[in-house]
Amino acid sequence: MDKIIFGRFMPGDTYVHKMDPRAKLIFTFLFIFIVFLANNWLTYSILIGLTLFVMLLSRIKPIYLINGLKPVIFLLIFTFFLHLFFTKEGDLLFEWGILQIYEGGLRQGIYISIRFAVLVIMTSFLTLTTSPIAITDGIEILLNPLKKIKVPVHELALMMSISLRFIPTLMDETDKIMKAQMARGSDLTTGPIKERIKAVVPLLVPLFVSAFKRAEDLATAMEVRGYRGGEGRTRYRQLAWRTRDTMAILFLLLVAGVLVYYRGM
Amino acid sequence: MSEILALQQVTFAYPSDETEVRNAVDNVSFSITEGEWIAIVGHNGSGKSTIAKLMNGLLYPNEGNVRFMNQLLNDDNLWDIRSQMGMVFQNPDNQFVGATVQDDVAFALENNGVLHDDMVKRVQQALAQVKMQDFLDHEPHHLSGGQKQRVAIAGALALYPKLLILDEATSMLDPQGRNEVLQTIQQLREETGLTVISITHDLEEAILADRLLFMNNGQKFAEGTPDEIFALGDTLLDLGLDLPFAMKLSRLLQEKGVPLIGLNMTEEELVNDLWISNFNK
Ligand SMILES: Nc1ncnc2c1ncn2[C@@H]1O[C@H](COP(=O)(O)OP(=O)(O)O)[C@@H](O)[C@H]1O
Ligand SMILES: [Mg+2]
Repeated sequence: MDKIIFGRFMPGDTYVHKMDPRAKLIFTFLFIFIVFLANNWLTYSILIGLTLFVMLLSRIKPIYLINGLKPVIFLLIFTFFLHLFFTKEGDLLFEWGILQIYEGGLRQGIYISIRFAVLVIMTSFLTLTTSPIAITDGIEILLNPLKKIKVPVHELALMMSISLRFIPTLMDETDKIMKAQMARGSDLTTGPIKERIKAVVPLLVPLFVSAFKRAEDLATAMEVRGYRGGEGRTRYRQLAWRTRDTMAILFLLLVAGVLVYYRGM
Repeated sequence: MSEILALQQVTFAYPSDETEVRNAVDNVSFSITEGEWIAIVGHNGSGKSTIAKLMNGLLYPNEGNVRFMNQLLNDDNLWDIRSQMGMVFQNPDNQFVGATVQDDVAFALENNGVLHDDMVKRVQQALAQVKMQDFLDHEPHHLSGGQKQRVAIAGALALYPKLLILDEATSMLDPQGRNEVLQTIQQLREETGLTVISITHDLEEAILADRLLFMNNGQKFAEGTPDEIFALGDTLLDLGLDLPFAMKLSRLLQEKGVPLIGLNMTEEELVNDLWISNFNK
């Protein structure tokens, strides 16, 4: 059950953990663009260096990062080979029948893989060092200006935090229903795929019924506790932007400057 | 002591397509004074939850009215009145809104626009009242049912309510969780004199109350102290209620010819009664 939540929050007390979620969101968002500045060995090395630096700073064990990469590993390998076989630039390195591998293809393959891996790892730092509720708070406050154009920011954030809150509850429930159905002889793990899909139906139906019941109860409980939309509400969780947050963003901009300087050299 | 809540000839039926509508609550009147502990008992579907919903304006009566602190409940004072009434429901999971214990307790405070510093203080205070102050950052799926219900009570207490309504708040808990919650409520009553309405199936819980309302098919069948209500004996059984264990045992003993005199609602009373009857032999 635990493996489903990839990039799960790892509480800690490091520089990265203590950063404001807004700063981490901005940092990650900027990083997505900065990755595309790299285009040679030096600049890609800088990106890897930055990633390792954040890893050391946040004291996240590499194993968690590798776990974070697992769901996309196929995509990573696929793009690598795509470039390896189909980019025909530079010297011919290897030839076997119709298979030709060029120096440019190998280089592109490696570059793209690094870019991909670094992106995924950086985003997992966000979720590994920030609690989901803090991320939700950060998103809500960052998107606040959109309220002016009638985007229901508060409602979306509340929806997100309630969904996060109910994930473990519903997973427990799925587990329970699955066991109940298995005890009645339903088989979810073997047999032809068509049979297995059929076996999922008696699992989903009770799950949906109960989820609706929960939603109704929750709505009543919220109303009783005085919930009537975002208007006039105060916030229990306060975010504080500190020097360390400004420093982190400035540092990233500095790295971007260095990348711009060395790219294409 | 002054009146805190009163229902006057309240009748309510859920909207339905059928021509013959059955009233879920039928011409019910009662009033509750400050500091009382009232238990509402009755079989499944006798209208207990509907009464709870009528009390805090989740539903409005078809006939009759609801009065809280001498104000008739209406659309204008609805939210104000709700903020003075805490309510805890049956399913511990389905009323936990916040991501952690402290977020959940703060939820009602946020809704009512309480300022941040005040909020922090009240969350601490309310959690201390239910002895959950060491669980501030715990997530709901790491808490037992009894702990979740105590957090729900803290969430209500943080608003400094005049009245706490518990709708079968202990019915999904194991015996330990049930005792935790009942002890919390008893202690709260001793310390703050909070007015409590507990809707319950559990007669051991009902015995704790000052006064019982006995519901049957949407109507108020009887009202009185636990002694008066349990003296109804077989009628209780006929109307779908169970008797407390000590009382059942005492009746069986009487059938077997053991000369017991009292009603024996609690174990202690039964022991005393047995003691006396043996002594008189
Ligand atoms: N949402 C609803 N819609 C229609 N009928 C309802 C609804 N809730 C309860 N009822 C009906 O109202 C009656 C009283 O229910 P309720 O107040 O929940 O009883 P209790 O809490 O004592 O078990 C029952 O007959 C029930 O079927
Ligand atoms: Mg009920």
